[in-house]
Amino acid sequence: MTTTEPQSTKTTVSVTIDGNTVEAIPGEMLIKVAQENGVYIPRFCWHERMKPVGMCRMCLVEVDGIRGLPPACTMPVAEGMVCHTETPAVKQAQDDILEFLLVNHPLDCPVCDRGGECPLQDTTLAFGPGESRFVEEKRHFEKPIPISNVVLLDRERCIQCARCTRFADEIAGDPLISFVDRGGHTQVLNHPNHPFASYFSGNVVQICPVGALTAKPYRFRARPWDLATVETSCTQCSVQCRGALQSSSNRLVRLLGIDSNAVNHGWLCDKGRYGFEYVHSDDRIREPLLNGAIASWPQALDAAADALRSARDLHGAESIGFIGGARGTNEDAYAWSRLAKGVLGTDNVDAQLGDGLPAELILGVERASIAECDSAAAIVLLAPDLKEALPVLHLRLRRAALDLRVPLIDFSCAPHGLSSEVTHALAAAPGEQGARAEQLVAAVNGASSDGVIAAAAATMKARAGTIVVVLGRANLAERSDATVQAVAALAQLPNVKFLSALRRGNVHGALEAGLAPGILPGRVTIEYRDAVAAKWSAIPEAPGLDTEAMLRAALEGKIKALVLIGADPIADFPDRALAEAAVRAVPTVIAIDGFHNESTQRAKVVLPATMFGEKSGTITNLEGRIQRVNQKVSPDGLAMDDWRIASELAFRLGHDFDLETVDEVTNELVSVAPALAGGSAQLFRSARDGVRIPVAQHHAEVQLRKGLGLTLDGPDGVSWEPIKVEAEITVESVPENGNTQDAFALLRWDGGSVRVDLPGRDAYALRLIGSVSLYDHGSAVSESPSLVGLRTVPKLLVAAADLQRLGVPNGTEVHVASANGAFNIVVQAIKGLQPGVAQLAAGSGNAANALIDAAAVVNDVRVETIR
Amino acid sequence: MSEAVETPARKEVRETLIVSRRVREFPDDAHTFERATSDGAYEIWKEVLRRADVQWIHDEVKASGLRGRGGANFPTAIKWESLPDNGLPRHLVINGDEGEPSTFKDRLLIEGDPHALIEGVCIEAYRIGSHRAFIYLRGEFALGADRIEQAVHDARAAGYVGSNILGSGFDVEIVVHRGAGAYICGEESALIESLEGKRGMPRIKPPLPIHVGLYSEPTVVNNVETVCTIPHILKMGGAQYANLGVNRSTGTRLAAISGHVNNPGVYELEFGMTLRDIIFGIAGGIRGDKQLKFFLPGGASFQWLIASDEHLDQVYDIDDISAKLGTTLGSGAIMVYDEDTDPLLVAWRLAKFYAHESCGKCTPCREGSGWLEKVLYRMSHGQGRPNDMDALLDISAGISPDVMKAPFTQTTICPLGPSPVSAIASLQKYFRAEVEAACAAGVPA
Ligand SMILES: Cc1cc2nc3c(=O)[nH]c(=O)nc-3n(C[C@H](O)[C@H](O)[C@H](O)COP(=O)(O)O)c2cc1C
Ligand code: SF4
Ligand code: SF4
Ligand code: SF4
Ligand code: FES
Repeated sequence: MTTTEPQSTKTTVSVTIDGNTVEAIPGEMLIKVAQENGVYIPRFCWHERMKPVGMCRMCLVEVDGIRGLPPACTMPVAEGMVCHTETPAVKQAQDDILEFLLVNHPLDCPVCDRGGECPLQDTTLAFGPGESRFVEEKRHFEKPIPISNVVLLDRERCIQCARCTRFADEIAGDPLISFVDRGGHTQVLNHPNHPFASYFSGNVVQICPVGALTAKPYRFRARPWDLATVETSCTQCSVQCRGALQSSSNRLVRLLGIDSNAVNHGWLCDKGRYGFEYVHSDDRIREPLLNGAIASWPQALDAAADALRSARDLHGAESIGFIGGARGTNEDAYAWSRLAKGVLGTDNVDAQLGDGLPAELILGVERASIAECDSAAAIVLLAPDLKEALPVLHLRLRRAALDLRVPLIDFSCAPHGLSSEVTHALAAAPGEQGARAEQLVAAVNGASSDGVIAAAAATMKARAGTIVVVLGRANLAERSDATVQAVAALAQLPNVKFLSALRRGNVHGALEAGLAPGILPGRVTIEYRDAVAAKWSAIPEAPGLDTEAMLRAALEGKIKALVLIGADPIADFPDRALAEAAVRAVPTVIAIDGFHNESTQRAKVVLPATMFGEKSGTITNLEGRIQRVNQKVSPDGLAMDDWRIASELAFRLGHDFDLETVDEVTNELVSVAPALAGGSAQLFRSARDGVRIPVAQHHAEVQLRKGLGLTLDGPDGVSWEPIKVEAEITVESVPENGNTQDAFALLRWDGGSVRVDLPGRDAYALRLIGSVSLYDHGSAVSESPSLVGLRTVPKLLVAAADLQRLGVPNGTEVHVASANGAFNIVVQAIKGLQPGVAQLAAGSGNAANALIDAAAVVNDVRVETIR
Repeated sequence: MSEAVETPARKEVRETLIVSRRVREFPDDAHTFERATSDGAYEIWKEVLRRADVQWIHDEVKASGLRGRGGANFPTAIKWESLPDNGLPRHLVINGDEGEPSTFKDRLLIEGDPHALIEGVCIEAYRIGSHRAFIYLRGEFALGADRIEQAVHDARAAGYVGSNILGSGFDVEIVVHRGAGAYICGEESALIESLEGKRGMPRIKPPLPIHVGLYSEPTVVNNVETVCTIPHILKMGGAQYANLGVNRSTGTRLAAISGHVNNPGVYELEFGMTLRDIIFGIAGGIRGDKQLKFFLPGGASFQWLIASDEHLDQVYDIDDISAKLGTTLGSGAIMVYDEDTDPLLVAWRLAKFYAHESCGKCTPCREGSGWLEKVLYRMSHGQGRPNDMDALLDISAGISPDVMKAPFTQTTICPLGPSPVSAIASLQKYFRAEVEAACAAGVPA
């Protein structure tokens, strides 16, 4: 554009495709513009979420003024472009390309997993030649070879589209597979010594347009036409990726990612993709147990209700505690919340296990959406390693940093999945995040600063947009105080929002349903009692205990009955010694779970609960998006939905919840939860991409919404094509600025006044970071055959300089000791870890939680060679 | 360009030594620093630094009409003019990959006159404002790599390369990089990928390397012979250089003549001779008193010509030959075949090369070239089938839709894909009857 004429304000270009002129964003690829306007150009290599490579040549078209047949997937649209997708030359080229792709293809469709849902089959049917003229010998390779523990590769079937290799490199950042050899021998391979060990390996199986890549869990398990499918959301972590869950003969066989622009872009991590296997594990609890023996449901429920009643009657409601509930649905959480607070009257309820952050902080800060990260001014990482904790969020942030050039400002002092993408590394040692954040905020506000703080502040000021703070518990070996202090500081930044990185599947839904001390459903405190008063008979007067306080109370003999809702505090609470002693000290433990664990072993009553794929309802992800989970198979054994168990218990305690269907539970939750006002089971069902309900500002608005309901403005229906428009909620009419006197009581976190006083550290001690790993000790991994082998034995990670200083050889077994525990473990030097710090994953056995004292601000350990 | 081409004046049948003069005069030691400098190497480089006038270099090269000697014939000065002014560092990359069968003319310069190359690199780097130049050498050029490395070392020691060259304030470093044996790495964008440490596969264009090249920065890629010519142009003056040759084919070019001729070798020819003069005059005619059957005037990738007067009287002129005979002078190689040659065998051998060297990126090249090779193998080994020739044409059409046309159209990313199609088109044009007879006689497998 070198003309001096005034620039038109038009931001789109006109493109003519097969005679129809459409408007498109300049630079968009022709194949996508055509697709959005109803013209399907066949393709193999192009994938909407990856950069084009133009390899397969299936998408050749004619464009006026361009010689030959350019590929539509690498052709950016420009003003006045005229393109033809159905001319004889194009049809001939499509025929030719398909014939080329088939000459060396083994055509073993009858025994191919992809048969019946194969893009190569489908495209050949729709666009290809009817016959092959190839009479030569086909290319041969050894039939499937493993490229990882989970994925197999059949190179004869590969059509060299580079979807898998691009995914591994561009999206996952694990470039462990690539093309080797040339010409007709071109093949995908991993390096012989490096398997394709990626947390995201299953995605390549899903996006491979042929049956070249197959996953062990699904191989030869089903034919596509025998599969029944529901759309659902993964519940393994709080990202809650959208997926299509498939079963054959009442067994779950596969979870496929669905492209949701809001959440997962179609990707799943392998834990989510294969973790459903545990549903069918032989170790499932299938019948209720009473004192270790199989019991009937009535027997077990009666025993549980009796224990709760007598605890309440003899020792008061505060002698009862509820821990857990973050693995179920919102409906489950609500029913437990109503049972605990509204029936029994105890506020000792906590969905977190001392490994998260205060509920009023998570519920009370201004929330960012996942998608807001894409255009953020900067992303601040005050969180654990997201690759381990929230894998698909990690992918999204990696893309934001790499492709969208959003600066990352990182508080971590340990290496993590995004380390190489970090723009400014603030490297706050354990306990120092708060002080560091205060320096940063002061620098943004103009205080003089230097070094990385000054640089980070300059970056934050240089770009317009929201600053998104990803907020989680980075270190289990320190109290959450320093993080809280950091949030209080960061909340002072202009345009700041927070994206919670608490990881348990439905922890946000559980907190929002009231499974936290001092909280009632709908993001309000127990002072705001009116909403629930209509339904609930008892409401606690004062805030109760969180998990840590409950465990301490139990040690003092003050907890007489403890209900574990899919929770194993002995393994999951950061301080194993405390949790173990506390659970032992409780006279009656009631466990609702799918599997036995160390804590259920201590239970008098064990009630079998339904799991993923066996139940329906809604869940809420880390950005507050309410999405559906759907049942696909009938529950194993006698397992029951949590919400039903809770209402059965309530009934035995003299309260009829009068809830027959899960939709009724949803609607009751919505009716009592101010933050959800206007929602409904119907609305959540029809919002394919889920809904984030905007925060009501005023009491009047809540009432108005309750009356009018919220309307869904976006696509619904079932399709695997990417969603274009995010579902949006509109409120018919919001009172203009309302009545300011009527300012609404939704929880707003006031920042608190926590300040951390760090104890000194002696020269021989290392300050501990307790980390999380994706393949942890939980049942989703240990009971899923495809995942259990991927778990690694934790090692103590230390900076090389410290090893040298302490005279400990790398890779040897050492003795590590804290005030709380000691054991022998292999030590490993890692790059990027701050000297003076040691990192160890939490888990069962010799893991971080065996060292941590939950009361300590930070935990120090000593490392010694074994003599 | 479809403008009318004048009938060029006929040139004398003799060599014109410009870029190859030093190596031809001192075949034993032209590569040494002592010989090269005593023969005038780096004098023009010093002159460039003395004048400190970028425009002078540009004007002379533009006036010379120099076109790239790597095969695409793109005018060198025009390439420079397309460099974006976007503040990014610029790179100069010298293409010494020379991997096409029968093309061996750059090797003469790489092994024989490395200081001429380095002098050219310095001057071109100066012209485009690049401080880092890469010489990408075909992996098999072991001697060439040694000599270039040595020459860079000597030139640096003498202060002609490095920082603040001869006190001028100008810096240029030269990095010598050896390929790993893939022909496709001669294609400029694949070469750049390879230099970046990746698998050598051509990039999607646009953007062209001149805009987004090495490390995503503006990059000029030039052939060894092109670069070596630049100092000579400055020495003799662009206009003087343009006086040589015919029409838009100015100056000289190195021709690598091979096959059934009496005197195969690399010759420096002024454009404008006839092909007859080149084959029978320069290269001494067909050996063993045999008859000429056919020849490839532009290397392995383009259409063939036969022993007709029309073809032999064709003038060696880049644009004229493509306008009249639908082939090009390509990489400067001429392959000559006598009457006993089986054209099917030649076509098979060429297809085998391209099938082997296909980078595997695009379907038509990856699968089509292998398919062509398999069919041609049968045909040339007594197992032809009656409709094999038609099958070849059909397969070819999937790679290059207008099979018989040159310059070819393509369904592929780079021109390697359609290269074997040139042989198929040539068989169809000149040897259809012979091929059919061979296939009819063959024993079907
Ligand atoms: C398959 C293929 C192989 C090539 N090999 C070479 C080569 O070996 N040397 C070369 O200079 N150019 C080669 N080229 C041409 C280059 O892409 C590029 O046009 C040239 O290096 C530009 O330099 P020039 O302008 O000086 O000719 C090749 C092109 C293709 C498509
Ligand atoms: S394995 Fe599948 S995804 Fe990978 S290149 Fe081959 S066909 Fe494409
Ligand atoms: S990132 Fe979380 S929600 Fe997504 S697939 Fe993995 S475990 Fe499931
Ligand atoms: S035409 Fe052949 S060599 Fe060129 S990019 Fe395509 S596959 Fe590679
Ligand atoms: S989809 Fe365009 S080349 Fe593969």
